[in-house]
Amino acid sequence: MPFNQKHLLGIKDLSKEEIMTILEVAESFREISIREIKKVPTLRGKTIINLFYEPSTRTRSSFEIAAKRLSADIINFNSSTSSVAKGESLKDTVLNLEAMKPDAIIIRHPASGAPYFLTTFCKSSIINAGDGTHEHPTQALLDALTIKQEKGDFSKLKVVIAGDILHSRVAKSNIFLLTKLGAKVILSGPPPLIPPEFKEFGAEIDYNFDNALKDADIVMMLRIQLERQGKNFFPSLREYRNLYSLTLERMEKAKKDAIIMHPGPINRGIELSAELADSSRSAILKQVENGIAVRMAILYLLLGGGRK
Amino acid sequence: MKLLIKNGRVIDPSSNIDDTLDILIEKGKIVNIKSKIEDKQAKIIDATRLIVAPGFIDMHVHLREPGREDKETIESGSKAAARGGFTTICCMPNTDPVNDNRGVTEYIISEARRKAIVNIYPIAAISIGSKGKELTDMVDLKEAGAIAFSDDGQPILDSNLMRRALEYSKLIDTPIIDHCEDKFLSQNGVMNEGFYSYLFGLAGIPSAAEEIMIARDLILAEKTGARLHIAHISTKGSVEYLKMAKEKGVRVTAEVTPHHLILADSCLETYDTNLKVNPPLRSKSDIMALRNALKEGIIDVIATDHAPHTEDEKNVEFDFAPFGINGLETAVSLILDQCVNSGIISIQKCIELFSTNPALILGLKSKGKIQIGADADITILNLHKEIVIDKNKFQSKSRNTPFHGWKLKGTPVMTIVDGKIVWDER
Repeated sequence: MPFNQKHLLGIKDLSKEEIMTILEVAESFREISIREIKKVPTLRGKTIINLFYEPSTRTRSSFEIAAKRLSADIINFNSSTSSVAKGESLKDTVLNLEAMKPDAIIIRHPASGAPYFLTTFCKSSIINAGDGTHEHPTQALLDALTIKQEKGDFSKLKVVIAGDILHSRVAKSNIFLLTKLGAKVILSGPPPLIPPEFKEFGAEIDYNFDNALKDADIVMMLRIQLERQGKNFFPSLREYRNLYSLTLERMEKAKKDAIIMHPGPINRGIELSAELADSSRSAILKQVENGIAVRMAILYLLLGGGRK
Repeated sequence: MKLLIKNGRVIDPSSNIDDTLDILIEKGKIVNIKSKIEDKQAKIIDATRLIVAPGFIDMHVHLREPGREDKETIESGSKAAARGGFTTICCMPNTDPVNDNRGVTEYIISEARRKAIVNIYPIAAISIGSKGKELTDMVDLKEAGAIAFSDDGQPILDSNLMRRALEYSKLIDTPIIDHCEDKFLSQNGVMNEGFYSYLFGLAGIPSAAEEIMIARDLILAEKTGARLHIAHISTKGSVEYLKMAKEKGVRVTAEVTPHHLILADSCLETYDTNLKVNPPLRSKSDIMALRNALKEGIIDVIATDHAPHTEDEKNVEFDFAPFGINGLETAVSLILDQCVNSGIISIQKCIELFSTNPALILGLKSKGKIQIGADADITILNLHKEIVIDKNKFQSKSRNTPFHGWKLKGTPVMTIVDGKIVWDER
């Protein structure tokens, strides 16, 4: 099994083989979550810290459950504000936590590169649970696991990612991952939110959402961050909804068996219509379920069996 | 005490001298220049195989005093300058309080007189508090010793204020130095906007933020006939506008920093906050354009934009770190290695950029030249000596350099200010 990383910082740093290894291990861990006793002793005696500088429901609890199902001890450190605003620097906070001898630190932080910064002075494995507008590698991996289960081979797929690409770490990690696995990725959204340079990542851009959707196998919708309103990335929510909301009618343009994905939280009725979100074409809850298996795989590969 | 610099290769672009000559210095002035001077009373400096140049002038330095003496002081900054081969530095007014009145200007000059080992000239603010609203008393400030005017770091967004500043400066024929940045475009950006800012997820500062302001300033300089100096030019587009304006005869000069000539935005993959600087490190094609502009004489000056920050301030998430690179003690070696020894510019051109041209721009009539009667400010260079940049040896109070550990060939080895040896690392 080729996997020799100490940290998980971004999809950018992983080879195609390493990604496939993670997905295989995750696949084998799925079964644990449907047992009556949902726990294995694999990481007993390992200590993990969940260090979240941004609000999170899914990712934080998903990591926590993943760690617990592998019998690791996990503690949560929550901070709704940045370290700087609190007065203690991130470095000081983490050095203090490091003194408690954790094996891994899972960090979510509003500043891009914060997980890289930690690796410059930490002994623990650092796991990126989302940094600024940079990467969210475990989200892309759980998306990949979901796509693999639904569609199998990546190389024949047309994946449309729509919305605020510029500010989305989920989009970024997914572009890196899906292009590495050979899928065709089309980005759609208002031009100010998709700079042309994104083509250099191996994706295509189609600002016309209706065109982009033609024959898509996967439609991945991103949450439009309401705080972007009034900054002129797009004129109004009304106009945004008219052009980029995924509705039943628009979904007709995609393939018949196309699935809908969304990293959550959803703005119902804005980027995604409620009836689609709740329809059988939606893989959203499957994504959440797969999140546990993928995070178990990451913890296992970084702390247990993977590293030599 | 007389000094006699013997057997050096004396290069003075202002008089087209490039020859092996001796220089006799007495009472702070150059009193004789010719081959084979003998003087029994003089202390002899053997400059064999060394280059003897007019003292280097850094016209863009942040000394942080008054206000942030934990980062740098007039004294420590002057030592850093001496070690880096500079005999004269000009300090920007973004101190606390801002240098927008005679009191602060005089304080800097008197502190410099007491504690500095190189010449220090304050640059005063264009607007009160550098707030971009009302002009400072420029004539009074000039009389108090201000050598130029700038709201560096707080770019003047109001075009009318910029126009009035340029017009008014004609009373004193002193350059207006502008940090060209349209803050509406740069917003909360922390690096050059482009492929790499998207790759690293860092907010971008587009080239247009600089180019729009440069274009505006050039138009205003042309209309007013006043003297404009553009600080730390960083983009290919800026060079094109500058070239066009110079061809039209606009009275404009421009400087570039060593880091903008050497480092590209792609190196930010480490998220090293020592690479966070404003204007940001640009693309490889911008670097090529800047290097060409040096060669062609479109850019007049190399200046460091020496911006000391404490280690604690830089040891944070990239978004939260302050902008700035500590430049005084690395600039000359970097340029000798990366631009002169690599064949991009000649050593004569290098001296012109570091000494002759800044002296002309700032109106320092007895500096920037090696001539009888000129000030005895001398920078001696060794083009062959190999050094390793070690931030722990800095005289600056701060250590924020991205060049720590770089091996370079070519370095300043002696700095003479006002006829006195203030640094000697031969």
